[in-house]
Amino acid sequence: MKIHEYQAKSVLARFGVPVPRGEVAFSAVEAGEIARRLGGSVVVVKAQIHAGGRGKGGGVKLAKSPDEAEQVAKQMIGMTLVTHQTGPEGRTVSRVLIEEGLQIERELYVSVLVDRAAACPVVIASAAGGMDIEEVAAKEPQKILREYVDRGTGIIPFQARKLAFGMGLEGGAAQKLVKLLDGVYRAFIETDATLIEVNPLILTKGGDLLALDAKVSFDDNAVFRHPDLRELRDLGEEDPLEVEASKFSLNYIRLDGNIGCMVNGAGLAMATMDIIKLAGGEPANFLDVGGGANAEQIRNAFKILMSDKHVRAVLINIFGGILRCDVLAQGVIAAVTELGVPVPIVIRMEGTNVEEGKRMLKESGLNFTTADSMGEAAQTVVALAGAR
Amino acid sequence: MAILLDGNTRLIVQGLTGREGTFHARQAAAYGTTVVGGVTPGKGGTVHEGWPIFDTVHDAMRETGANATVIFVPPPFASDAIMEAADAGIPLAVCITEGIPVVDMLRALTFMEGKPMRLVGPNCPGVISAGKAKAGIIPGHICREGRIGIVSKSGTLTYEAIHQLTRVGMGQTTCIGIGGDPLIGTSFIDALRLFVGDPETDAVVMIGEIGGSAEEDAAAFIGRGFRKPVVGFIAGQTAPPGRRMGHAGAIIAGGKGTAAEKMAALGAAGVHVVKSPADMGAKMREVLG
Repeated sequence: MKIHEYQAKSVLARFGVPVPRGEVAFSAVEAGEIARRLGGSVVVVKAQIHAGGRGKGGGVKLAKSPDEAEQVAKQMIGMTLVTHQTGPEGRTVSRVLIEEGLQIERELYVSVLVDRAAACPVVIASAAGGMDIEEVAAKEPQKILREYVDRGTGIIPFQARKLAFGMGLEGGAAQKLVKLLDGVYRAFIETDATLIEVNPLILTKGGDLLALDAKVSFDDNAVFRHPDLRELRDLGEEDPLEVEASKFSLNYIRLDGNIGCMVNGAGLAMATMDIIKLAGGEPANFLDVGGGANAEQIRNAFKILMSDKHVRAVLINIFGGILRCDVLAQGVIAAVTELGVPVPIVIRMEGTNVEEGKRMLKESGLNFTTADSMGEAAQTVVALAGAR
Repeated sequence: MAILLDGNTRLIVQGLTGREGTFHARQAAAYGTTVVGGVTPGKGGTVHEGWPIFDTVHDAMRETGANATVIFVPPPFASDAIMEAADAGIPLAVCITEGIPVVDMLRALTFMEGKPMRLVGPNCPGVISAGKAKAGIIPGHICREGRIGIVSKSGTLTYEAIHQLTRVGMGQTTCIGIGGDPLIGTSFIDALRLFVGDPETDAVVMIGEIGGSAEEDAAAFIGRGFRKPVVGFIAGQTAPPGRRMGHAGAIIAGGKGTAAEKMAALGAAGVHVVKSPADMGAKMREVLG
């Protein structure tokens, strides 16, 4: 689960990580008031969307007075912000963060995530802050520093010092980094985060370290034990169809193509997308109905699939293990009869009770095309989608 | 022979009294697995579907001589169940549960260090040794006894591979679902090492997916001298970056973990990589002649 920058900063602040003073505004008037409260000669107005690259897209601006902050916020709220991470359609800005302006001496980078191969948390740091870290890793890998953290001890001060000195921080600032990283690491474990990234972490001209920008993602599987964090979810940042699907516990991701897929199991669902592409088509979605799908679940899945107006044909690919093919067939027949699905449907099923399932589809009198293998199913559905 | 499970397996089910636990305990027994009991804290001393239920894994092992456990425990409690099994000293635990928090798995894997238990999963379909025994949810009736091993991150894609092999007349020794989570107990390399030691396994189907670097690590291992032929497939060749594709671990992050990288690494190591998931069986037939 992703959250906004201002929310990420408030989470970090709870763990003692220094962040700039600031507040979120949902209107221009509010933005002006916040700027007035902050005082100082300059404030920063930052568009809050779940995507990076906001600065280049015009989503981060300076304002030299509260009135100017109000003006900038007025332009920003409601605008469609396009960055390299939003895709060409961009995201609508509904809230802005108003923050104090700071005198920046240096921009650094720190993050915490789980290293899958080492099966432990890793703290990553770099003196090349404020840049795309993947680009730094590709071009100047020597600038990326790593400390693997023992789950029992947490990050040890000497590890934080190694990172600090490696980034060229001196005595006082190094001590501040030790404290800051301790907070970031505790936040990571205690909130069940999958990623905490502070980029840039700034050293001010006054010698302070602050998280100038922050990205925090939480483990979806652990949100159940953090009711306060669950409140931070912004449904406006998610695809409406994906939100709808999640209500039915369907694993759905919208894509750009025109062939809808309904599959059981995440691996087979990905493989089905792959084989559609190999047959010359484009999948409209990823959809895993799960191992224990029932008739109701299949009806819900059809509803979601058919809400995507780009869909020209549907491929159902089910390998019945626990899910029996006759139960699947029954669900598909009921859903299609009720919803009147207006596009061709190709069904490939295999496994438990497959003969019975095939017979039911045939005798339903509905216009299904059946296929015996994944390859044949993909060829058929691509031809049918193209023919329309 | 086979690996992990065979005729000597004595299986307990942690969470046997739950709906999933009950269903799959029956299925395992019907397949011929010696299921000796279950563990449900608080229900020790009762009998469920003819099986004795114990409060702890320690008790169950002492009373039944169990040497393997399969875990059907809901996500918030599953890492606890894994650690209890490890503490009891059982040699093999297969965890089916999907949705265990990463932090819980970090704790469990740390706890397991130095203990002799092998963990398969979590978030996996389990293990089946064709014609001998099974622990998990892989449907027994699709398997045939034979000489091919399967190791896979995905459940239904494993069934697909089994089915394709059967269609071309090839049966299986053992099929292992290692799971689609970012942190798992048994890696591709661990599974391949086990297949090295099994004289009845002639070749291996390996099914990976986007995310992480386990496939690249396996490619390096195979390149260093794994002598049995391997047919490989990677799911998610068309997956968009930055999106989690159903499995918690299936995500291309920061441009890393793509199918293209994994296929290239496996290909360079001598693995027979197929682009289409429909070609796994046919390729194995072609490779073995």
